[in-house]
Amino acid sequence: MLELEARAEPSRPMSWLSPLLAVALMLAGGLVVFAALGKDPLDGFRVFFLNPVKDLHAISELLLKATPLMLCAIGLAIGFRANVWNIGAEGQFMLGAVAAAGVALHFGDSGRALVLPAMVVAGALGGAAWAAIPALLRTRFNASEILVSLMLVYVAQLFVSWLVFGPWKDPDGFNFPQTRMFGEAALMPALVEGTRLHFGFMIALAALVAGYAFLNRSHAGFRMRVAGEALEAARYAGFSTTRMIWVGLLLGGAAAGLAGMGEVAGPMGQLTDKVGSGYGFAAIIVAFVGRLNAFGILLASLLMALLYIGGEQAQQYLNLPNSISMVFQGMLLFFLLGADVFIDYRLRVRRRAAQGH
Amino acid sequence: MPIPPPTFTSPHGAASGHARLVLRGIGKVYPTVIANDEVDLTVRAGEIRAILGENGAGKSTLMKIIYGVTHASSGRMFWEGEEVVVASPAHARKLGIGMVFQHFSLFETLSVVENVALALPGRPVLDELAQRIVEVSARYGLPVDPRRHVHALSVGERQRVEIIRCLLQNPRLLIMDEPTSVLTPQAVRTLFETLRQLAAEGCSILYISHKLDEIRALCHTATVLRAGRVTGECIPAQETAQSMARMMIGKDLPHCEHGPATAGGEVRLRLAGLSHAADDPFGTDLRDIHVDVHAGEIVGIAGVSGNGQQELLRVISGETPLAEKFPVQICGVEAGRLSPGKRRRLGLAFVPEERLGRGAVPAMSLADNALLTAAHSQQLVRAGFVRFGRAHDFARRCIDQFSVRCGGTGAAAKSLSGGNLQKFIVGREILQAPRLLVCAQPTWGVDVGAAAFIRQAIIDLRNRGCAVLVISEELEELFEICDRIAVIARGRLSPARAASASTIEDIGVWMSGLWPGAEAAGAAPEAAHA
Repeated sequence: MLELEARAEPSRPMSWLSPLLAVALMLAGGLVVFAALGKDPLDGFRVFFLNPVKDLHAISELLLKATPLMLCAIGLAIGFRANVWNIGAEGQFMLGAVAAAGVALHFGDSGRALVLPAMVVAGALGGAAWAAIPALLRTRFNASEILVSLMLVYVAQLFVSWLVFGPWKDPDGFNFPQTRMFGEAALMPALVEGTRLHFGFMIALAALVAGYAFLNRSHAGFRMRVAGEALEAARYAGFSTTRMIWVGLLLGGAAAGLAGMGEVAGPMGQLTDKVGSGYGFAAIIVAFVGRLNAFGILLASLLMALLYIGGEQAQQYLNLPNSISMVFQGMLLFFLLGADVFIDYRLRVRRRAAQGH
Repeated sequence: MPIPPPTFTSPHGAASGHARLVLRGIGKVYPTVIANDEVDLTVRAGEIRAILGENGAGKSTLMKIIYGVTHASSGRMFWEGEEVVVASPAHARKLGIGMVFQHFSLFETLSVVENVALALPGRPVLDELAQRIVEVSARYGLPVDPRRHVHALSVGERQRVEIIRCLLQNPRLLIMDEPTSVLTPQAVRTLFETLRQLAAEGCSILYISHKLDEIRALCHTATVLRAGRVTGECIPAQETAQSMARMMIGKDLPHCEHGPATAGGEVRLRLAGLSHAADDPFGTDLRDIHVDVHAGEIVGIAGVSGNGQQELLRVISGETPLAEKFPVQICGVEAGRLSPGKRRRLGLAFVPEERLGRGAVPAMSLADNALLTAAHSQQLVRAGFVRFGRAHDFARRCIDQFSVRCGGTGAAAKSLSGGNLQKFIVGREILQAPRLLVCAQPTWGVDVGAAAFIRQAIIDLRNRGCAVLVISEELEELFEICDRIAVIARGRLSPARAASASTIEDIGVWMSGLWPGAEAAGAAPEAAHA
């Protein structure tokens, strides 16, 4: 008979093995799904998981996709460590895009070198400002930041729609819900010539390094970890919970806003009503698969980007619906939560006979 | 302390009851430690048997095996002559075994009566059950309101709920794990009467305690455990506390050295007319509290838990800031509105009642837990970044100087036993060389050797000129270390009297709120309230 036995202390190796185990199980589950859909599993595997890394161009697309996930996830991880549950990175992402687009539309044609840095600042501020609303409501009125930040996503979506259907609509755009294309000075420089991978990827890597330093090396990060682990201990030590809520939400919002800026100034080159494409929500999975840790988030965001692109590939070459990538995301999270049980427990085989009387 | 001798005097009495519980060769192996090794134990009907041993000697594990919380790795258990395998606590209760835990097993979000109902078979009617709880609590002197929620109860009150819950089931074997630590001397006597009466009616009692005087007063027989093995048996009435301590720890008990207080030190803590309405509707309001604590003295606050100790500690530490500045003065600064961190910078150090989750972060390493409160005083942070090397060194000093048994500075706080974690926390606070130390329950659940060590460390700190405020429910402890003692009752504080001029009996009476001058100020509104 199999039995779960509590470990004396949580297994450290297991906390790292668990995501790998989840990935392996997801791959195995994927083969079954392909077979069940009547596709050759190996062919499906090749299209889904190997095509996205088959050459330099494919890899550049992968990194492009991973960039906003990384940025959003590292920002969220800081708050999550302190049990500040910002679920609305998607909305902060859109507001960052809006703020950056505003700068681009007003100054983009001036050709000045300052336009792009100003857009970076505006993106971060836009996201942070949107996150400041749940922070204010939480600290002043104890309103749940989970609900407020989530609901603000839909407000943000409507705000973006209003802008691109209304005041910011491209007069020469055949009534499509989109702004004018940004001027050259308002676009992210390409990292690799001939690909869409842009400078935002470097910003995301820098954010990961900064996130690591903040969470693992700084006293402020330590205080947030204490608050997440034991709120009473944080109060006892005199760490202000109000400040932690502000820091968690503002940093998360700023990072998501930066990601939004990177999208409109990068691959999109304009603001459209499709700007929010789910990165903010997917980043929640990325943050947890990455163990709320900078290095883990780097790997998890690459994996998640792979699932996105693999889904597109499967649609294109295998005639599978695009929602196949959602199935994979779901399997990944499911197996991760399952494998996490083994951090605190171990499996034991127990003979029933020894216990009987 | 004048506790009456056992009423159970017949030397043949205990032996004449039939063997109700027999353990043969019980062993329990955990992944990292052997908790019990070849333990034999016999408990007869009507016998009160003490289980003696230091923290970590395996007492609690043995009791959990009997109660079905955990299962033995080897050995056999016989109940009323028949071999049994106790599958679960529910099974144990069905057999007639009840247990009062040292660490409470109550659901915080449920009320007292709901918690009791969960332990009873079937679906009791809550109103009737509440009535029975009131009756039992009155009969055994364990006052508790059945409708209150457990999260709003103090540690002492929670223990009362545990005891009542057991007594309601009319058990044939009652296991009590340190039941008296939070009772007044009078209430201890009432409880002992109850236990003796239960024993006279044929109930067997297994009694775990560190208080050797109590064991001598109450128990017929004692089994001594050391490192998981039975190392001896004795009849406590024929032993001295010293000789039993020797059996327990294998050497003589260290004794605290306590010189006279340095007179005329400056005032380091002044509570000047402190009043505070509790945030929690079930909390105790603090009313007009005055006390001065001088450099070089230890002031103790006695009282039954739930009389405002938690609220007072939070107001002093800054976890509950006040609207006004003057009522709390720390080292001459009006600090009523300052945060806990700012108060620490004035020279305050604080050992809270709860170790895990408040005094220490359970999942974090000891080095991180050193950083928790010592960041400023030990300069563990530079330019916003943690100096992990220094934090590690400071944790190392706490471990070495306070003989904390642990797996090094990287060990998680929750991997330590309660006593060792308490030593670590006390060490962390004392080694920061505070000007004022506030300490709650310094030796709660700590074994005798470690308790003596902690008390001595507090006295040494006072001898170096620190002002110390100790809040404890153990009167013997307060008399051992304090220069002056005050009593808190229903949110009011008595005047502090020289410990040498007080007796345990006086303080016991004061604990019910009746100190000279209290009638005028406190009794009248209480009567109106009732």
